[in-house]
Amino acid sequence: MMEVEKIRQEFPELGERVYGKPLVYLDNAATSQRPRSVIRKWTEMSEKYNANLHRAVHRIADLATVEYETTRDAVRKYLNAAFREEIVFTSGATAAINLVAFSFGEAFIGAGDEIVVCEAEHHSDLVPWQLLCSRKGATLKVLPVDDGGRIRLDLLPGLLTPRTKLLCVAHISNVLGLVNPVKEIVNICHSKCCAVLIDGAQGIVHARVDVQELGCDFYAFSGHKLYAAPGTGVLYGRRELLEQMPPFMGGGEMIGTVRWSGSTWAPLPQKFEAGTQNIAGTPTLRPALEMAEALREPAVQASYDEVKKIILNKLQSDPRIRLYGEPDATTEKVPLFSFSVEHCHHEDLALILDKMGIAVRSGQMCAEPLMDRFGVTGMLRASFAPYNTPAEAEYFTTSLDRAIQMLAG
Amino acid sequence: MKSLQEAQAEVVEDFSMYDEWLDKYEYLIDLGRRLEAFPEELKTDDRLIRGCQSRVWLDTVVEGDRLLFRADSDAIITKGIISLLIGVYSGRTAREIAEDDFSFVDRLGLRENLSPTRANGLASMIDTIRKTAQNHC
Repeated sequence: MMEVEKIRQEFPELGERVYGKPLVYLDNAATSQRPRSVIRKWTEMSEKYNANLHRAVHRIADLATVEYETTRDAVRKYLNAAFREEIVFTSGATAAINLVAFSFGEAFIGAGDEIVVCEAEHHSDLVPWQLLCSRKGATLKVLPVDDGGRIRLDLLPGLLTPRTKLLCVAHISNVLGLVNPVKEIVNICHSKCCAVLIDGAQGIVHARVDVQELGCDFYAFSGHKLYAAPGTGVLYGRRELLEQMPPFMGGGEMIGTVRWSGSTWAPLPQKFEAGTQNIAGTPTLRPALEMAEALREPAVQASYDEVKKIILNKLQSDPRIRLYGEPDATTEKVPLFSFSVEHCHHEDLALILDKMGIAVRSGQMCAEPLMDRFGVTGMLRASFAPYNTPAEAEYFTTSLDRAIQMLAG
Repeated sequence: MKSLQEAQAEVVEDFSMYDEWLDKYEYLIDLGRRLEAFPEELKTDDRLIRGCQSRVWLDTVVEGDRLLFRADSDAIITKGIISLLIGVYSGRTAREIAEDDFSFVDRLGLRENLSPTRANGLASMIDTIRKTAQNHC
């Protein structure tokens, strides 16, 4: 437990109070808190290395470029990507997925083609594909989940036809917290010549990601859920595919030559990094990845497992509570819990918990089709990070009981 | 019937008796529970107040120059808030409501104690009541 207390000291926000009560921050799936190392890097970039990247010959621009490109190397290593040019910096997972929806779509999707998305997808991994399908006259197909929220892997082979060009699925659902069988999905899809994009917004936080081992074609994630600065993100794309895809946006460093007769593009990854980049933010991914690594220490993980046990035990044993996303022998659940309570509206619960100092999420969690699937207008979500303590988990369960008592009488 | 100002002052006073926000919520929950039952068939889209996180329905009946409000919500605290509002405004003339500045709501301290999205919901409720009154002037 000492370890966690020590790590908490590194996250200034965790020491804040709200309404005179210690903040219990359980909205990590939306945005994680940032450690001092990230804040320091962010400030350092603003104070010492603020110049535009790549193009200038002056010293500060050189230093900023080194920071930026060293970060690319660090991300490559973290994901075990084969080549550094497979790492494209974006403003977040949403931007990364939209990039693929446009550029992959331009290169590979035509009328009558098919794209598959999972029923549990976040809107950011759903709406870009709807837009692409309506642009190209392609068809969007849905890979369902069962009542426990687990992907119906058995239905996948039947969904794939020679016209299915891409399947998009979250590594870990932002609502259900279940770790999807992405490796199996990749294997099935690749055997049918269908590419796979993994929305790793939650996955990168909880799972060890090795893109070569997974074999996926694209992996997208945001920095702000992984302790880094907001407005940072990464698209990993297999080089062979990225090379065949046209640019998403034009302007800035993405050009080769520009003539009235037409332009050529910069080599990867600059081809996909149009306009001024997040100079101060992107280098924070480096200390953020180091923090993610530190949070995997056994002592921290033991505390985190304890947190998960406390919450799962409460949510699964209380007959008033319906938990969405049930783990089983083959499906692991991370400490991200969406649930509803009978006779209690999720908004009321969130309002009361807020006044007790607890930050949770209520609503549709950017997954309206999944809300429809479960027949609810919204859910309450408590999402934990390794810096949350078992004491906070206990406080959450007793506070939840008190809130239910107030509402259900 | 109490004057509008008296009714507002009374609500502000009742609400200020509670120091703790959890107690204020208890009060709103209680108000919500005591709100007159709202007929299911009136829960139509045109009675839904836009901009609220939870669903809030407002029904208006015109009786002479007076407006009678009925409301419901699927969230109980929100129901308490709309109950508090219609408790003040229902049964008054359209002109009186339209000319009010609704500043008593600020004296409740509700706005700054709800998150921005929920404060927007409160603003939408006030807006709907005001616009309904203006349309009947």
